[in-house]
Amino acid sequence: MNYFIIGFYALVIGASSLAAYYQKRTAFLLLFSLTLVSFVMGIVGGEAMLWSVTILAGLIAFSAGVSYSFREFLVIILPADAAKEMRTAPLTAGFGLFVIFTYAISGIFAPIIAPYGEAEVISSAFAPADENMLLGADQLGRDMFSRIIYGARNTVGLALLATILAFVMGATAGLYAATKGGKLDQLLGRIVDVIMSIPSLIFSLLLLSIFGTNTATLIIVIAIIYAPRVFRLARSVGGNVVVMDYIEAAKLRGEGTWYLIRKEILPNSTAPLIAEFGLEFCFVFLLVAGLSFLGLGIQPPTADWGSMVRENATLISFGEITPLIPAGAIALLTVAVNFVVDWMLYRSSGLKE
Amino acid sequence: MGDILSIIAKRLGLGLITLLVISIIIFFAVELLPGDIAQAVLGQGATEDNLAALRAELGLDRAAPVRYFEWLGNAVTGDFGNSLVSKTSVAEAIGTRFANTLFLATYAAVIAVPVAIFLGVLVALFRNSVFDRVANVVTLTSISSPEFFLGYILILFLAVKGGMFPAIAKIDDGMTLIDKLDRTFLPALTMVLVVVAHMMRMTRASIINLLASPYVEMARLKGVPAWKVIVKHTLPNAWAPVINVVALNLAYLITGVVLVEVVFVYPGIGQLLVDAVTKRDFPVVQACCLIFAATFILLNLAADVGSILTNPRLRHPK
Repeated sequence: MNYFIIGFYALVIGASSLAAYYQKRTAFLLLFSLTLVSFVMGIVGGEAMLWSVTILAGLIAFSAGVSYSFREFLVIILPADAAKEMRTAPLTAGFGLFVIFTYAISGIFAPIIAPYGEAEVISSAFAPADENMLLGADQLGRDMFSRIIYGARNTVGLALLATILAFVMGATAGLYAATKGGKLDQLLGRIVDVIMSIPSLIFSLLLLSIFGTNTATLIIVIAIIYAPRVFRLARSVGGNVVVMDYIEAAKLRGEGTWYLIRKEILPNSTAPLIAEFGLEFCFVFLLVAGLSFLGLGIQPPTADWGSMVRENATLISFGEITPLIPAGAIALLTVAVNFVVDWMLYRSSGLKE
Repeated sequence: MGDILSIIAKRLGLGLITLLVISIIIFFAVELLPGDIAQAVLGQGATEDNLAALRAELGLDRAAPVRYFEWLGNAVTGDFGNSLVSKTSVAEAIGTRFANTLFLATYAAVIAVPVAIFLGVLVALFRNSVFDRVANVVTLTSISSPEFFLGYILILFLAVKGGMFPAIAKIDDGMTLIDKLDRTFLPALTMVLVVVAHMMRMTRASIINLLASPYVEMARLKGVPAWKVIVKHTLPNAWAPVINVVALNLAYLITGVVLVEVVFVYPGIGQLLVDAVTKRDFPVVQACCLIFAATFILLNLAADVGSILTNPRLRHPK
């Protein structure tokens, strides 16, 4: 028994007792589960395990703090309406927004933030971290940290472009099919059914093996594979709006189909479409990362998170965490977007169960 | 009873048509190549004689529809032609690898399905509690992580640092089942983590939907104990959505397996597909895609048939 272990248990038990005394039910449940978990962990893994529990709990507390301050910051700077929405947002949504904000900044200002260029060889292969290189060097001696920063621009940028393209195609076709109906609607529906019945990763591998892997092809292929999801949603949302009286009125006024879609249907179906945009981005982003990991996505020497994982994977067997950093960057952004989407879906579903 | 059979037959027919359309896409996508296969394989520096020889060998001199029916006819009998790179039979290369992939997917499914349904029902019962919220965050994180992230984390902690399981899942036919299970534990666990998260969320959503229905409220109001509400009133109606959830996730397992196989260097069909795509070995790519698509459609079909069988309202459509 050393001071760390005694201090650790004193802290968790003390905190849970305090929570119980002040009738904070949620806090008590969380803290007491932490206590029970750390008893088991302490017996099984000893002091090392307790340290990891402490670090993990510290990390969670830290990110909760950051999310809380970021949310409050947004509440202050946003105009009144948006601020009211923000105030009721859960902490996870605040966290998501903060992460997205950070990624956006590092993507946009990559050349200013990164100390070296993305393809610049500055030291020997797999050199360990020092004061020049925050995260060490990769398999060719390029600065890992700079490449991660540039990756935010390349990987996320490509995924964003593909999502926007998929979205424009899917939403336009979907809303058009909902307004027009008839044979065209049937035809588009069948095409979408077929595309969706092929697993997306398999389909993209087939198409990329044929058309090669340059960036433009990649974006178009991914957009075609993911547009059907948007089409289905846009069509069903649009279908609910089309039967409204004001659409009938607009039709009687003699408005054209394009006007109906743009001015009447689209504004009334934005909420579910925006949430779908977030979800769609997550799928596309994971697909891009997967393809790059397989060596079929963004081609070197452009910095890209998926291929960085693959190129540095050998380091794992020496117990280094370097390849986990780009992989973690992918996971973190997807989690963040999902948190925000979760919140938006919860809001648009009218705060139901 | 005849009614159900005809509905299922209709559904099967629809599945078959979808598969046919997909086979057309897979075959004719390759025809879209700029130039043709011979040119793509031999590259820019090929002479006219070489091109003509390869075209004759591959039978490219005949019309595409003719070749399509030949290809399809052979594929149905299990003959996918020869690989362009190794010149050996594609079916042979796929045979054992496909068995390996199915083994891995089954292994993961056997662990994942019971765990996911149990946890899903549990969080549905304790919805909006702290545990539900923690489970929500954890499953969301697990879904959002790429498979290779989870895979490498498991390798780092359980194989390299912990030394409990092998990091590379090389198996061959000579191994005993226990050996195989030990070797493939980490890839299976990676898929379990992703699939359990998906299934839990879907199970939770469908159970909560059921608990909000009027007859459950009625049962509660007339004083039925909570466990009896679940066992007698909710579960019989929950089978349809749960079967759906399971089949959909098994279909997901089949595709998720590609990345996991590459991470763990597992000799499965996914790895074969990725290799073939890099080498532009089209017969292998086509065969692998067809097999993946067929499995995917089959599982989706199973989901539909399962939900028709367990749902009286679907059994008697108006």
